Amino acid sequence: MKNQNLYNYIISIADNSLILAQRLGELCGHGPTLETDIAGTNISLDLIGQTRNYYQYAAKIQGEGKTEDDLAFLRLEREYKNVLLVEQPNDHFGYVMGRQYLFDVFHLLFMTEMLNSKDETLAAIAKKGIKEVSYHKRFSGDWIKRLGDGTEESNAKMQEAIDDLWVYTDELFDITEADAAMISEGIGVDTSKFKELYYTEILALLTEANLTIPESKYFTRGGKKGIHSEHMGYILSDLQYMQRTYPNMEW
Amino acid sequence: MSNEQIKNLEEIFEARIARDEKIEPKDWMPEKYRKTHIRQMSQHAHSEIIGMLPEGNWITRAPSLRRKAALLAKVQDEAGHGLYLYSACETLGVSRDELYEQLHTGKAKYSSIFNYPTVTWADMGAIGWLVDGAAIINQVPLCNTSFGPYARAMVRVCKEESFHQRQGFEIMLKLCNGTQEQKDMAQDALNRWWWPSLMMLGPTDAESIHTEQSMKWKLKRKSNDDLRQQFIDQTVPQAELLGLTIPDPDLKWNDEKGVYDFGEIDWDEFWQVVKGHGPCNKKRMKDRVSAWDNGKWVRDAAMAHAEKKEAKKLKEAI
Amino acid sequence: MSKNWPLWEIFVRSKNGLEHRHFGSLHASDAEMALENARDVYTRRSEGVSIWVVESSNITASNPENNGELFEPAQDKVYRHPTFYDLPDEVKHM
Repeated sequence: MKNQNLYNYIISIADNSLILAQRLGELCGHGPTLETDIAGTNISLDLIGQTRNYYQYAAKIQGEGKTEDDLAFLRLEREYKNVLLVEQPNDHFGYVMGRQYLFDVFHLLFMTEMLNSKDETLAAIAKKGIKEVSYHKRFSGDWIKRLGDGTEESNAKMQEAIDDLWVYTDELFDITEADAAMISEGIGVDTSKFKELYYTEILALLTEANLTIPESKYFTRGGKKGIHSEHMGYILSDLQYMQRTYPNMEW
Repeated sequence: MSNEQIKNLEEIFEARIARDEKIEPKDWMPEKYRKTHIRQMSQHAHSEIIGMLPEGNWITRAPSLRRKAALLAKVQDEAGHGLYLYSACETLGVSRDELYEQLHTGKAKYSSIFNYPTVTWADMGAIGWLVDGAAIINQVPLCNTSFGPYARAMVRVCKEESFHQRQGFEIMLKLCNGTQEQKDMAQDALNRWWWPSLMMLGPTDAESIHTEQSMKWKLKRKSNDDLRQQFIDQTVPQAELLGLTIPDPDLKWNDEKGVYDFGEIDWDEFWQVVKGHGPCNKKRMKDRVSAWDNGKWVRDAAMAHAEKKEAKKLKEAI
Repeated sequence: MSKNWPLWEIFVRSKNGLEHRHFGSLHASDAEMALENARDVYTRRSEGVSIWVVESSNITASNPENNGELFEPAQDKVYRHPTFYDLPDEVKHM
């Protein structure tokens, strides 16, 4: 492949949206109110829309005649390059909103930078995505404020989620070989530019929500290199179930 | 109010409905009208939200991104439809929480069809095609029912639901044009969903208790048996188009009557499921109740936050 | 005893130039959430460009029992309508 780095780069962004959408998809019908079910589904649908654009583009670059679904459904676990954060389970609503918010802040900063990509397709995806992701961030941020401030119980639960998810935030800023190559070509987003901003913004919101940032400086990473948490195998066995059981069929 | 006065009001009320006037929530209405509407609208709402569960079961396993998005959007619509219908109930002074309470304690019913399991991907096709097909037959006439909020909710529901049956039929079509395994999967789904879909249109007219009054109030425009016949007549040619066999050896075109004759429905099975002993009654209820119970701390937190915010605003104003 | 989320009435402007129209209701703990929920519930098929939310308990409604005194007196004021006035056919555009 001529553009291996570009392909790898797109895949890693696409996988973040795909796996997060998959996690949100588990929740439809099981949320605290009908209104939150409807909202969560909207976020999931936005993310699926983004992944379809990414995978279609990645398949084109790959040039092997593959489809968006081949890329979304038929890779080995090691070939999925999403960050560990998005694969964390829906333990309770605090985890769902915590995971969402910690990703949304990054996602919006990322998209805003991607708007300036020299790659026109990526810039176009960013242009559409920014509006979606801005809303996601507003939604999840509002919920963190409600849960952090609400009751003693909700504050404890929200803090528990933040404490557990915090260790996955640093990986968002890891720069792989493909990332570095794409940054140098003016296509990829240099995430180091907004790392500080990311943590400043999150600190401000958590403080407003009566929540604290964990003191631990130890972080867990691996997803961007394809080394996932134990959850990933189960996510993929759902995601890939049909395509693996009934290979080479159209649906 | 004396009995005579009430009788007089009732006559005026019935005459308004007969003239196709709409009844609005604050209008005077017979207590029975109010109760019947709360019962029917809430059952309808409950069916929408319980109906999210068997289909939600396949969201994470949908075979393509396009199908995943369509299924998510469909299940989301069902949440929306439940919400519209609960809102219509609330105009009659009963809260959504009270209605949930009735559902969760088993006092209120929902459509029995959702107590059957969704075991293959083809079930997503069969539900859209057959279950939504049967539902539409029931729902379209309700767009013109006498109670304004119900009629308005149904207009929105029907408009949004028009894609549901199509996405189901499209899933079936794709399977039927696919490999033998896919065709078998489609046939198997039809075999399992056909009879429950016929039952979904309600007991036979001889056994149906509410029909006459419901017809007067335009809660029902056709009898259960007529609706069932309409459903069969429109669905059989669609099955032929798919190349599938309806699992009824007695199904035959009746030239004289211009309709399909069909076999005996197993009403014992119907009543067994209605009474709570279907394959998934317990699971559906458990999922529903645990979603509600697990969400309590979230709902409480949001309310507490809103109150604190309000109090702060007031304090700042002083 | 926990308190339920209050009910909100949702008004949506479908496009600029049109008035906000009552779309339905929903539950939310506060106005911000009501707006967000309304966006997700009532405009997911691009039905709107602007949303108003009003807590249902803040709406005062007229009582249908008073409909006679409220609305019937207007019925015989036909002179408020253009068709009340006789004009010869030759007069156009009036």
